[in-house]
Amino acid sequence: MKTLKDIKPSETATVVKIYGEGRLRRRIMEMGITKGCEIEVVKVAPLGDPIELTLRGYDLTIRKADAEQIEVE
Amino acid sequence: MVIRIALAGNPNSGKTTIFNKLTGSSQRVGNWPGVTVERKEGKLRGKDNAKIVDLPGIYSLSPYSPEEIISRDFLLNDQPDAVINIVDATNLERNLYLTTQILEIGIPTVIALNMMDVVKKENIQIDTEKLSEALGCKVIEITALKGEGVSELIDAVMSVVGTDADSKLRYSSKLEGYVSKMEEAMRGSVSAEAERWYALKLLERDERIGKALSADLLAKAESIVASMEDDLDNDADGIIAEERYAVIGKIVADSVDKGDRKKIETTSDRIDRIVTSRWLGLPIFAAVMFGIYFIAIETIGVWGTDWLNDYIGETVMPAAADWLGEAGVADWLSGLIVDGIIGGVGAVVGFLPQMLVLFLLLVILEECGYMARVAFVMDRVFRRFGLSGKSFIPVLVGMGCGVPGVMSSRSIEGETERKITAMTVTFIPCSAKLPIIALIAGALFGQSALVAVSMYFIGIACVLMSGIILKKWKSFVGTPSPFIMELPAYHMPVVFNVVKSTLDRGWAFVKKAGTFILLACALVWFLSTFDWGFNMVDAGESMLADIGNSIKWIFVPLGFGDDWEFTVATITGLLAKENVVGTFGVLFGAEEISEAGEEIWNVIGRMLTPIAGYAFLMFNMMCAPCFAAIGAIKRELGSWKDTGKAVLYQCSLSYVLALIFYQFAHVIKGYGVEPWIVLAIAAGAALVYLLTAKDPFKIFGRIRSNA
Repeated sequence: MKTLKDIKPSETATVVKIYGEGRLRRRIMEMGITKGCEIEVVKVAPLGDPIELTLRGYDLTIRKADAEQIEVE
Repeated sequence: MVIRIALAGNPNSGKTTIFNKLTGSSQRVGNWPGVTVERKEGKLRGKDNAKIVDLPGIYSLSPYSPEEIISRDFLLNDQPDAVINIVDATNLERNLYLTTQILEIGIPTVIALNMMDVVKKENIQIDTEKLSEALGCKVIEITALKGEGVSELIDAVMSVVGTDADSKLRYSSKLEGYVSKMEEAMRGSVSAEAERWYALKLLERDERIGKALSADLLAKAESIVASMEDDLDNDADGIIAEERYAVIGKIVADSVDKGDRKKIETTSDRIDRIVTSRWLGLPIFAAVMFGIYFIAIETIGVWGTDWLNDYIGETVMPAAADWLGEAGVADWLSGLIVDGIIGGVGAVVGFLPQMLVLFLLLVILEECGYMARVAFVMDRVFRRFGLSGKSFIPVLVGMGCGVPGVMSSRSIEGETERKITAMTVTFIPCSAKLPIIALIAGALFGQSALVAVSMYFIGIACVLMSGIILKKWKSFVGTPSPFIMELPAYHMPVVFNVVKSTLDRGWAFVKKAGTFILLACALVWFLSTFDWGFNMVDAGESMLADIGNSIKWIFVPLGFGDDWEFTVATITGLLAKENVVGTFGVLFGAEEISEAGEEIWNVIGRMLTPIAGYAFLMFNMMCAPCFAAIGAIKRELGSWKDTGKAVLYQCSLSYVLALIFYQFAHVIKGYGVEPWIVLAIAAGAALVYLLTAKDPFKIFGRIRSNA
C-alpha cells in the first residue's frame, strides 16, 4: 500500500483512504485531507520529520508517522 | 436587552484584527471558565446595546480540543443572537468547513469574507451573491487590515438579529435521507432550530452530543448510524467529513473563478522555500533564537529590568524610608510600607520591562507566521519529551528569567504541551540563581566553572525527564492533540495588533500574578522581620529562624539539615533567588555582602562538605521557583490546585535528585553509609519506574473512580 509518507517532495498524490482512528483520523479529515483530495508534498523539515503539504490552496504540516495512515495513489 | 454576537473563525483568518476593528478599545479579556483559553469580549462600535464575544480560533466544532468545546457550548447553550463567521477568502475550502457546521446550529449568521484585497490582487473572482445564495446567509466582503467593509458588516449583522436562520446547505440525497430519519427520531427532544445540528452530529458519532439526550434516543440513533455506514460503505465520521468537503467543493466551483492560470508562487511561498529549507532551516532558526536571546536577555530587556529594579531599590525605597522617618512613623510601619509593600510591588513590576520586550518579539514572530515554523523545525527533537517544538523558546528565555520563560509558553497551542512546558521551564538556572552557584562554587569548589555547567545540564535533564514523566500523567495534563498544523502564509505584522497583544499579556501578568506575588512577599518579609512577640528583630531571631529550626530535619538526608541557616535561606529564596546569598550574609553576620558572597565563603566552607554544598545547590536550583514564577505558572495552569501540584512536583523531583546525589556521593567519597541510602535507592527506583512504565499514574485514575 502506498501512503503519503512514500511521496517525495514536489510530487503530488490523490487520497484514497484514511486509516487510524478517533481524534487523529478526525483531525486529518477536518483539515481537508479527504478521499479524492490532491496533495502536494512540498518538503521535509530540516531534521527529517515532519513534512509540509499543500492541499486545497493552503500549507499544512504533519508527522511522517501520521502520514503513514493516509493511503494515496 | 443586550444583543450578543459571537465571532467565530479559523485560526489565522484575521479574527484578531476584525475583533479590534469591531470593538475599538472597549475590550474585556479574561479566561473561559475552567480552562486557560483566553476569552475576549467588547462592545460593538457605535452600538450601545450590542456586544461581541470572540470565540477561540478553531477549524471545526468537533468535541476534542478545549477551544472547540468552548465554542460549541457557547453557541448551543448561551444562544447568542447572531454569529459573524470570518472566512479567509484566500483559503475558502478549509474555512467553509467550519461554516457548514455553524450554519447547522440555526443561529442567524453573517459571513465576513476577509482578505478580499489579496484575492483581488491575484485576479480571483468570487461571486459573493452566488456564495450567499448557496449558503443561505449574508456574505460581506471585507479587508480587515484596511478597515474596508467593517461598517457594512456591522449593519448586516444587526439586520439579521431576530430573523430565522435557514441553512440552504444540502448534502447528497442519500445522506439527507438519514438526516431526515434522525431528525424525525428526536423531534421534540431538542429545539427545532438546532435539530439539523444534532442530527448531523449524531450521524458523525460525536462523543459529546449524546450527553443531553436520552439513552433510548441514543440507541435509536446508533441503529440509524449503523445502517448509514452499511449503505455508504464508510465510517460515520468519514462520510460526514467527505460530504461536507464535497458540498464545499461544489459551492466553490460555482462561485469562484480562479482564471486559467497555473498555480503561481506567492511571496510567502518564496520566503518559506528558504526559511525552512533543508540546509538553511536550522541556521536561520538559530539566528532568530539568538536574536531573541540577545535583545531580551542580554541587552534591551535586561537593561530595562535592571534599571527599574535599581530605581525602586536605590531611589524609591530609601526616599520613602527617609520621608516616613521624618514624619515620625513607627519603625515597624515604615518597614512594612518600604520593605513589605514597595519591595513587593517592585518584585512584580520589576519583571515588566524585560517581559514586554520579550512579548513584543514573540508576538511579532506569531503575527508574521514564523512561530508555526519554529514548531515545524523543532518538532522532531521535542515531541518525544511530551513538549512542542515551540517549547524551545520558553526554555531559552528561562535561562535569563523564569517568569517571562513561563509566560512565553502561551504561544504553544496544545494544552498538554503548554502545561508541561510551563511547569518545567524553571528547572533551567535563571540569572538570579547564578549568585547561589557562585557562592557554593567559591566556598567549596575553588570557583570551578564546572559547577555552573553541571547545573545547566541537570536543569535541561530535569526538563526532558519531566516531559517524559508528566506526559503520562493524563488526568493532570490531558491527552496531547495530534500534530497536524497549518503553516499560515507569512505576512507583515499589524502594528496595532502587535502593540495591543504585547500590552495585554503584560497586563495579564500584573493582574493575575501580581496579588499573589505581593502577598507572598509581604508574608515572608513579615516572618523574617518579627519575633513571636511582634518585636522587630534581626532575621536570626525572627519567626522565620524558629520555623527554619523546626523543619531543618527535612534536609538531613540531603546533608544540609544540621544548621537552620540553610533552611531559612531556601525559604527566603522564594522571594527571589538572589535573596539566598543576601540572607546568608545577614545570618552569618557579614557587614556587607557582595553578589557572590565572598565574605562568607569561609563560614560556609566550614559548615558544609562539598557534596552537601552541591546537594544544597541542586535543591535550590530545581525546587519551587520564586513567587513571581509561581504566579506566572498559576496564570498558565489556570488553577491553584494545578499550580500546587506543579510546585509539589518540582520540590519532590529536586529533593529526590539531591538525595540520590548526596547519599551515593557520601559512600563513594568514603564517608561511610548513612541509613538514608535506603530512601535514596527507593527514590531512584521510583524515578526509573516513572520514566519507563507505560502508565504509572493509573493509580490516580483508580482512586478517582473509587471516590
